[in-house]
Amino acid sequence: MKAPSKELTIDQIIGRINSGMTVGIGGWGSRRKPMALVRAILRSDLTDLHIVSYAGPDVGLLLAAGKASKVTYAFATLDSIPLEPWFGRARQEGTAQFREWDEGMFQNGLRAAAQRVSFLPMRAGLGSAVLENDTDLRTVVSPYDQDEELVAVPALNLDVALVHMNRADAMGNGQYLGPDPYFDDLFCMAAREAYVSTEQIIDTAGLTVDAPLQSLLLNRTMVTGVVETPNGAHFTDCTPTYGRDEKFQKAYATAAKTPEDWAVFNQRFLSGDEAAYQAAVTAFTEEATP
Amino acid sequence: MTDVTRAEYCAVAIADCFADDGEIMGSPMGLLPTLGARLAKNTTNPLLMLTDGEARILRGTPPLGQTADVTEGWMPFRLVLESVVSFGKRHVMMGATQVDRHGNQNISAIGSWDKPTRQLLGVRGAPGNTVNNKTSYWVPKHSTRVVVEQVDIVSGVGRARAEAAGPAAAKFHDVHRLVTDLGVFDFGGPGHTLRFVSVHPGSSVEEVRAASGCEIHTDGDVPATREPTSEELVLMRELLDPRSLRDREVAPR
Repeated sequence: MKAPSKELTIDQIIGRINSGMTVGIGGWGSRRKPMALVRAILRSDLTDLHIVSYAGPDVGLLLAAGKASKVTYAFATLDSIPLEPWFGRARQEGTAQFREWDEGMFQNGLRAAAQRVSFLPMRAGLGSAVLENDTDLRTVVSPYDQDEELVAVPALNLDVALVHMNRADAMGNGQYLGPDPYFDDLFCMAAREAYVSTEQIIDTAGLTVDAPLQSLLLNRTMVTGVVETPNGAHFTDCTPTYGRDEKFQKAYATAAKTPEDWAVFNQRFLSGDEAAYQAAVTAFTEEATP
Repeated sequence: MTDVTRAEYCAVAIADCFADDGEIMGSPMGLLPTLGARLAKNTTNPLLMLTDGEARILRGTPPLGQTADVTEGWMPFRLVLESVVSFGKRHVMMGATQVDRHGNQNISAIGSWDKPTRQLLGVRGAPGNTVNNKTSYWVPKHSTRVVVEQVDIVSGVGRARAEAAGPAAAKFHDVHRLVTDLGVFDFGGPGHTLRFVSVHPGSSVEEVRAASGCEIHTDGDVPATREPTSEELVLMRELLDPRSLRDREVAPR
């Protein structure tokens, strides 16, 4: 007997998220972000989300649309453009709650959640402003060495994880083909439900025809549902399938500078469904390439 | 060779930071640190391990702006965070929007935490780096706004704060150097405070003091930053940075 298909539509996945939930988003900065799912959240009536992310334009867009009331992050960046414009504005205007951790603390928080323990100890954070600005953080004295007082990084328990893979099968086995898995397996294991968007859903046998075994990052026990979203990480990097769309990213960052330009950008690219977005991107690319 | 540029003095000063590190991973953030680390690998420290800034460990040292080279290993972000940083065999040279007299660094935000006047990157890996592995800082434009008495949000931890946080924080704390476009500094002043190591030729102690927002200690006369060797100049000009990208980060005077 075959394992049942976990294939869903974008709208079915978004329908399983509720307002007020904690949503982890995979990828890193402006790299392999599940942007088709993020765009679907923008269109939804979801609100009051707590977003947990190594943040890029995913967090920027969700803040811009008023979907995120709280963000846990270690940085926010567009990589080739150092600062995320909407994130910066939200921080400066105080329009949401923010929890800023060290990058390694963030990983350990996901790992604690994945291991189903309430915290994991580590050195990172000691002496820094992180412990002053997040007053919920506690330290722990080693039971083996009274001189060793470490940060007790709390589990980053997620209601839902959203990640993007280069390829997957319909059962939820997920494969990355680029150089870096980022933390997507940890996000999935830290969550009660994990949803994978992917460039391509293929037959299981095809996954290992032309790629090494180790590229199979997610196994189906970690995954609740999967959806095929070609170009679904756009405009972030999804190498080797495609690189970051630098022209588009620049247009995004430029539009974010004034409400007038943002209204135009929003109307042109984000007012319709995913198919409309992709069509608008195709038109933008054709305009930009004479 | 004549007409050594300001950027070339900076590059050799950065290379010297990595000279005695042996077989560890160098993590230079940004252009001049990358040039300096690649220079060190070609001269004083051939054991230095460097990546393409992404997940590939490179065998060689391609020119700035390029990353094509023989791959000798895999270094995804997860391994940096879970293994290399806490393993300690690493020397990171980070940027600093602010660095203070006590060796604290800020890349998080300017102003108050609750409502910063200018949000920057966030603390990134600075808290973990500074209590786990050797850390240096690079500042391309030394000014009273960058070199300050006290940073706004402590991202990288200086010695006094590490000691105050306890033995676990101080055990592996090693903030090594601050290199700027004007000079080289360490934290060997009274109470682990900022101290002159050298000033780049063309600059002076007085100029550095005027460009700093805090006191910088001197142990007597401050020497000039050393001259690049002719080998180093050839490496920089012909192999590592033939397009002179270094002069765009630190303009010649």
